[in-house]
Amino acid sequence: MPKDDGIGASSKRREDLRFLTGNGKYTDDINLRGQTYVHFLRSDLAHGRINSIDTAAAEAMPGVLKVFTAADFASAGGIPCGWQVTDRFGEVMQEPKHPILAEGKVRHVGDPIAAVVAETYEQARDAAEAIDLDIEELEPVVDMVKALAPGATKVHDDLTSNLCYDWGFVEDNKDAVNAAFESAAHVVSLELTNNRLVANPMEPRVAVGDYDPWNDSHTLYTTSQNPHVIRLLMGAFVLNIPEHKLRVVAPDVGGGFGSKIYHYAEEAFCTFAAKVLKRPVKWTSSRSEAFISDAHGRDHKTKIELALDADHNFMAIRTETYANMGAYLSTFAPSIPTWLHGTLMAGNYRTPLIYVNVKAVFTNTVPVDAYRGAGRPEATFQIERLVDKAARELGVDPIELRRKNFIKADQFPYQTPVAVVYDTGNYDATMDKMLELADYANFESRHAESAARGKLRGFGIAHYIEACGIAPSNLVGQLGARAGLYESASVRVNATGSISVYTGSHSHGQGHETTFAQVVAEMIGVDASSIEIHHGDTSNTPMGMGTYGSRSLAVGGSAIVKATNKVIDKAKKIAAHLLEAAPEDIELKDGKFSVAGTDKSVDWSGVTLAAYVPHNYPLEDLEPGLEETAFYDPSNFTFPSGAYGCEIELDPETGKIDILRFIAADDFGNIVNPMIVEGQVHGGLAQGIGQALLENCVYDDQGQLLSGSYMDYTMPRADDVRGFTVDHSCITPCTHNPLGVKGCGEAGAIGSPPAVVNAAIDALHRAGHTHVTHIDMPLTPSRVWAAMNR
Amino acid sequence: MHNFEFVKPASVADAVAALGRGEAQPLSGGQTLIPSMKARLNAPEILVSLTGITEMQGVSRDGDSLTIGAATTHATVARDAASDFPGLAALAGQIGDPAVRNRGTLGGSVANNDPSACYPAAVLGTGATIVTNTREIAADDFFQGMFTTALDEGEIITGVRFPIAQASAYAKFLQPASRFALTGVFVAKYASGVRVAVTGASENGVFRWAEAEAALSAQFDAEAVAGLSVSPHEMISDLHGTPEYRAHLVRVMNQRGVRAAS
Ligand SMILES: Cc1cc2nc3c(=O)[nH]c(=O)nc-3n(C[C@H](O)[C@H](O)[C@H](O)COP(=O)(O)OP(=O)(O)OC[C@H]3O[C@@H](n4cnc5c(N)ncnc54)[C@H](O)[C@@H]3O)c2cc1C
Repeated sequence: MPKDDGIGASSKRREDLRFLTGNGKYTDDINLRGQTYVHFLRSDLAHGRINSIDTAAAEAMPGVLKVFTAADFASAGGIPCGWQVTDRFGEVMQEPKHPILAEGKVRHVGDPIAAVVAETYEQARDAAEAIDLDIEELEPVVDMVKALAPGATKVHDDLTSNLCYDWGFVEDNKDAVNAAFESAAHVVSLELTNNRLVANPMEPRVAVGDYDPWNDSHTLYTTSQNPHVIRLLMGAFVLNIPEHKLRVVAPDVGGGFGSKIYHYAEEAFCTFAAKVLKRPVKWTSSRSEAFISDAHGRDHKTKIELALDADHNFMAIRTETYANMGAYLSTFAPSIPTWLHGTLMAGNYRTPLIYVNVKAVFTNTVPVDAYRGAGRPEATFQIERLVDKAARELGVDPIELRRKNFIKADQFPYQTPVAVVYDTGNYDATMDKMLELADYANFESRHAESAARGKLRGFGIAHYIEACGIAPSNLVGQLGARAGLYESASVRVNATGSISVYTGSHSHGQGHETTFAQVVAEMIGVDASSIEIHHGDTSNTPMGMGTYGSRSLAVGGSAIVKATNKVIDKAKKIAAHLLEAAPEDIELKDGKFSVAGTDKSVDWSGVTLAAYVPHNYPLEDLEPGLEETAFYDPSNFTFPSGAYGCEIELDPETGKIDILRFIAADDFGNIVNPMIVEGQVHGGLAQGIGQALLENCVYDDQGQLLSGSYMDYTMPRADDVRGFTVDHSCITPCTHNPLGVKGCGEAGAIGSPPAVVNAAIDALHRAGHTHVTHIDMPLTPSRVWAAMNR
Repeated sequence: MHNFEFVKPASVADAVAALGRGEAQPLSGGQTLIPSMKARLNAPEILVSLTGITEMQGVSRDGDSLTIGAATTHATVARDAASDFPGLAALAGQIGDPAVRNRGTLGGSVANNDPSACYPAAVLGTGATIVTNTREIAADDFFQGMFTTALDEGEIITGVRFPIAQASAYAKFLQPASRFALTGVFVAKYASGVRVAVTGASENGVFRWAEAEAALSAQFDAEAVAGLSVSPHEMISDLHGTPEYRAHLVRVMNQRGVRAAS
């Protein structure tokens, strides 16, 4: 039995009380004295040359303080990119300038051209309509393949082409991979699209810039997953503000899913304009604006091939992918289709040879960056669709083909041919667990029951691997990251024994205030209610890299463990003094320090009080106080894995797919709060099922966004995502972090899309539609019906 | 949203008078008009609310017909028409979500004539009569292509009179994102014959499927239309369905409607 509110307890989320009662404090709830409002005039053309912008009439409108254009930002830098990829010829990627407001050209629908600051939001919007624009329409670059054709119109005139980079991984394996295909007994290939998605967090982005002229300091309140990263990027590269004069606060944030990692132009604008106007400047995105200004996700076009020997052992994988970067490089965009995608192409299998080619392409569309899973869903979808297709073509059981090629439990640590070393895993165990929970043994009778009602039932499987807990700083530095990826924590024990923890991680739905307190409560043996978790403010938390990539517990939690251990070490010394014993003999259990083998003890608050009221204290050897900071830099990624099973029913008359059951058997290593883990998996599954069946961000050939609102962009609703069975009892703890945890935030979104599509193909094949070998996501009724009737 | 003046008259006459003053527009449930004003696609100077007019509210039976005030919400119709005209009430109950049904109204939906809206299928499928402040218009004359109706400038729908069917049903295939009708078919059986109206499918808005009406009038059975098809020509093509798919759904939804009504 876990300790009450300790590690392993399904403690209720303490933050939910304020969230569910409407008492959260979000960025839009922040209203400062004298606040002004900005409205961005955004391009409605995908591509155009700006001949002139006449702001005179707008500036004369009621309430208008100033209309900004690119000319006002001559002293500022562009929005920086945080990762530089080197291509397969050893050249660095092409990196265009990303201005705060469009300079010379507009490059996507939504590109901000001018910004009107006024006393009210409506006045700013009214004035924006009076701005006179002369923009010459240019041919839009939308299709990635056409964008790379010789002579194609360029998104950036100063670059040599629309190719950001042409990446090969592992380039040295290329010939060996090709040779393996030459000698293979079977080759299976698949062309697919990984559909573009819009993150759509419930809370749209907001920024409030504030400037204090009396000490020349700036504060930015923003909807960010990583306030320190924003402070670093915006301060150092865009606005030239040193850290001690710039505070960034990300208060309660209503979901991010990756889209709130990046440094956005609107943040820099509000910070900059607040100083120019000497008044706070606020921007609140509308939902429509979010569709054309938040970074999008995915958008890959891939050909993947698998070579097998006569015994169906995987010999080699070869891929060619086009990855859409959009019009500018968002903060981590270049790393997603490369280091977060290529390194995962081994999947759960012993494929000895892998070659991944990725061409990253500029187009006249919104920038694309990480979205829940980031690179790993794209890798998993390719592998798991292809393995399924291989099983069908070879006439073997898709489960058995997977098992045959799995990395086996006794083969860890396992060096893949794509650089990463998996520390632990047991893929047969998760597969067994999933099949058991799915009652797979009785699937045939359920299939027959559906058939009797004229419905097609299918079962689809996917087994995924992901790399989380990003990441060892020295490694990512070699791979082109322009930042370290450690995490930090300060544990401040107060005089009466209560504890304030300051973490560099950021919670925007993950429940850190609950789980991080559970970790500290377990370690010290005090009640979790005496522990408070603080995050999101650069003025009181140590420099941290924020929350994404399922890293918070694995990296941020490890920093908390380190800092807490330092606290415990010092507290033991104080206890030793109070108990007149040697520190080595002091034991801490259930919040009480005792001398081993005696009945002498002092409780936690006795020690903490001594630390702050050091009347009886070894002052010559020990500083008073009890507060420690630690930074943790992981030595490897963590590798969660799992088996997902999806059972669907397909209506052959309409092509509509209903998910009847969805089973997720994950290995997340050790679990701190099972209920929160389950919730994270549910959310991930909803997004993965959303991608597979519903969501699609579509541009027409003029670069106009066709799915720019909820009238056309299908967000999953409760009745679209039901029947989840979530299990995390298969545990192979991570070997290199103190909690043995792996991370669970993205798994659901990574493993579910191929399981859903495999289930649909299974249903169609069982009904004799064997000509349907693949359907691109989302599998809308119209697409499924068209495929059946092709 | 631009600034506007708001008036809430208590009678049709006052509403008509208010509409005569400059750039005025009637406001009913606001589920279409308000979003379009927020998006600055529409900027009336005066909004004349119709929801305070008692004579435009409610469901009342008069012999073989059911008259519904134009400002009656979908939720009210779903509840108050359920015993007299279950097919119509069920349609109202399938519109949008509870918030939309508690605001959106029959008159607003019919006046707007969205090609994917549900109500036009019921109005045309029952051969209802649209009653305005100046005249009565037969459904067959009222709908004139997407977002276009026979209404004159400043004319207000005050109510709709529905002949009660012997059997009826609305079969709606959801557009996955908006959950309007990707294709919806209203089937109504009368002593005089069967009417079939289709929404969501055609670029010309709601339409009657004459072939199916003839077949079903001869034999009110889903199998009677199994072999029929509509042409994909002038069917809507968008992210959610091709013209061929919509043409196919017209037949499928028609059959489902007949089965549900039988
Ligand atoms: C989220 C959402 C989901 C929806 N789903 C569906 C759906 O599934 N099916 C469906 O059919 N509809 C759906 N709707 C539309 C909704 O049900 C309303 O029917 C529609 O918005 C119009 O009705 P209203 O009362 O809101 O009209 P308003 O928005 O007030 O007015 C619409 C137009 O009609 C005019 N008008 C209003 N009343 C009259 C009148 N009496 N005489 C003359 N002109 C008038 C107005 O001037 C305006 O031009 C949905 C709407 C939303 C917001």
